Amino acid sequence: MTAVGKPLQAAKPAKARKPPREPFDGWRELVTPEGVDLRLRVGTYAERGLALLLDFLIITGVLGVLTIVLLIVAFATRVTWMNEVVAIVWLLGMFLGRNFYFFWFEARQRAATPGKRAMGLRVITADGGALTADAVFARNAMREVEVFLPLTFFLAQGEGVDAALVGLGAIWGGVLVLFPLFNRDRRRLGDLAAGTMVVKQPKVRLQSDLADTERTASSGIAFTGPQLDAYGIKELHVLEDVIRVGDRKAMTEVAARIRAKIGWDGGDIADRTFLNAYYAALRARLESRLLFGRRRKDKFDVD
Amino acid sequence: MAELQLKSWRFRAEREQDWRRLETLLNKAETQGVERLKRDELLELPLLYRQALSSLSVARSISLDQSLTAYLETLCTRAYFFVYGARTRWPQRVARFFVRDWPASIQALWRETVVSFLLMAVGTVAAYVLVLRDAGWFFSFVDPELAGGRDPMATTASLRETLYDKPDAADGLGAFATFLFTHNAQVALFAFALGFLLCLPTAALMLMTGGMLGAFVALFASRGLVAEEIGWLMIHGTTELFAIVIAGAAGFSIGWAVAFPGARSRVDAAAEAGRRAATAMAGVVCMLAVAGVLEGFARQLVTNDIARYAIAGVMLAGWLAYFYWPRTKVPA
Repeated sequence: MTAVGKPLQAAKPAKARKPPREPFDGWRELVTPEGVDLRLRVGTYAERGLALLLDFLIITGVLGVLTIVLLIVAFATRVTWMNEVVAIVWLLGMFLGRNFYFFWFEARQRAATPGKRAMGLRVITADGGALTADAVFARNAMREVEVFLPLTFFLAQGEGVDAALVGLGAIWGGVLVLFPLFNRDRRRLGDLAAGTMVVKQPKVRLQSDLADTERTASSGIAFTGPQLDAYGIKELHVLEDVIRVGDRKAMTEVAARIRAKIGWDGGDIADRTFLNAYYAALRARLESRLLFGRRRKDKFDVD
Repeated sequence: MAELQLKSWRFRAEREQDWRRLETLLNKAETQGVERLKRDELLELPLLYRQALSSLSVARSISLDQSLTAYLETLCTRAYFFVYGARTRWPQRVARFFVRDWPASIQALWRETVVSFLLMAVGTVAAYVLVLRDAGWFFSFVDPELAGGRDPMATTASLRETLYDKPDAADGLGAFATFLFTHNAQVALFAFALGFLLCLPTAALMLMTGGMLGAFVALFASRGLVAEEIGWLMIHGTTELFAIVIAGAAGFSIGWAVAFPGARSRVDAAAEAGRRAATAMAGVVCMLAVAGVLEGFARQLVTNDIARYAIAGVMLAGWLAYFYWPRTKVPA
């Protein structure tokens, strides 16, 4: 994770040309009223597509089970008025499933359907304000033109002029479906009509701190200043990832590289111990320099 | 050995308890609902949130542990949406919708409603004139499947029968009403969503609906059954057509905001119009449920013309009064 939120743009004089917008890096700034930028990651196409697929599977699954149960009920009871009840339940179930499944889940506290939750997504308003029921309704009512209208065109068949019309309709429908590809926050039509967007909200566990210096100090490994000046923050983060993943082969490789780079002559110690000690020492050095206002980006950033 | 500890390590050790506490509370609120939180916990949450937020900004400036900042970022985001998110209480929300939001949204759409109504009227008149002159036009306006035998080939007697067809028992009316409701609601939602495409598809849909209406009226008028037929149509039609007119109006308001956003940015204009129109659309679904009941039950059971006209008039007056009765503005 090397991405960094876009800095706030300073106020420009009125006549100045608008600066070209920075290329979209998949992150979005959301500044809370307390003045902290939360840096949200916009949901990717793959995640959102999968979430939609999951939701459709759930809806069709539930409606399919509902249909089967109702059929069994209708056959088992063999009462005439039962048929009507069955028909009513089925029709209403279809209608509610198609139109209100998304509304029901997104209007709740978590603002995510089961599919979105599985993919770690949630709906927010584009301005970071409260997500209200009317916005959720609007974004989901638009699904009619985004999914069902193109679907009718793609499934429709015709001859002659009809075929041409269906073809044009399919192209038009395609534009609606692919709309999220053409805007910055990957918003679909419904998102625009409701002022919402979909962001990633992953579950992150708090992992243990790797820089437990008491432990590494007791292992008796010490590094000299020049040895610690070999790397910057970027390398530190790569090292952190390597240690956390804990793949033996990768650790051996990385340890060998570091030993060669810093000219290590401290004897033969296990790779994991060595990497842990080096990580803690490097972080201590970089952080203490950070406190003095020097943020060393990477190993090429030399003063 | 304390001086050997990193500042960021001590920073984390001192605050970790509070972060974990916030996480537990959020989990509880999300899985069991806000109502399950105790009073102290509710008061504690915003404090813990602000603490976590300040931890985040400190961590960003002093700590190079990226797993820590990633954790704090997601924790703060979750807490932010809890603290500043909509705390919807459904009973109150529904009550407010019926008392205030629904009529207010319809009132705000009055211009679009007039346009939508005029388009439908134009369609009706055009189809009426055309079909009256030449019955061959009938199928240009009406889908044969929908006509169900009520077409220019039918005899006057059979047409009269369709108007006063009383079922032997009330069997199947419930299912019929449900079918009508779900079908019409789907069409209305579609008309609304089409509005986003710069109004034109919705306008076409309104003209077509009017056309169908006009064609039917013309067909029955040519057999001298017009008064009876209007009673048959309007017993549910005042509600249903009104709902469709509003659905069209809701669609127009979005399309218009997209095409002509005025001083606001296009995106903001679309979002504002979309939310207002969505409230109106939720109302349209309710209206169509009423219309479905009227069409499925009342029309089949009430065969007296005067009673039919009475129901139609009462419904229309009721809707108009409910929507447009002036009320005092309550701040949102």
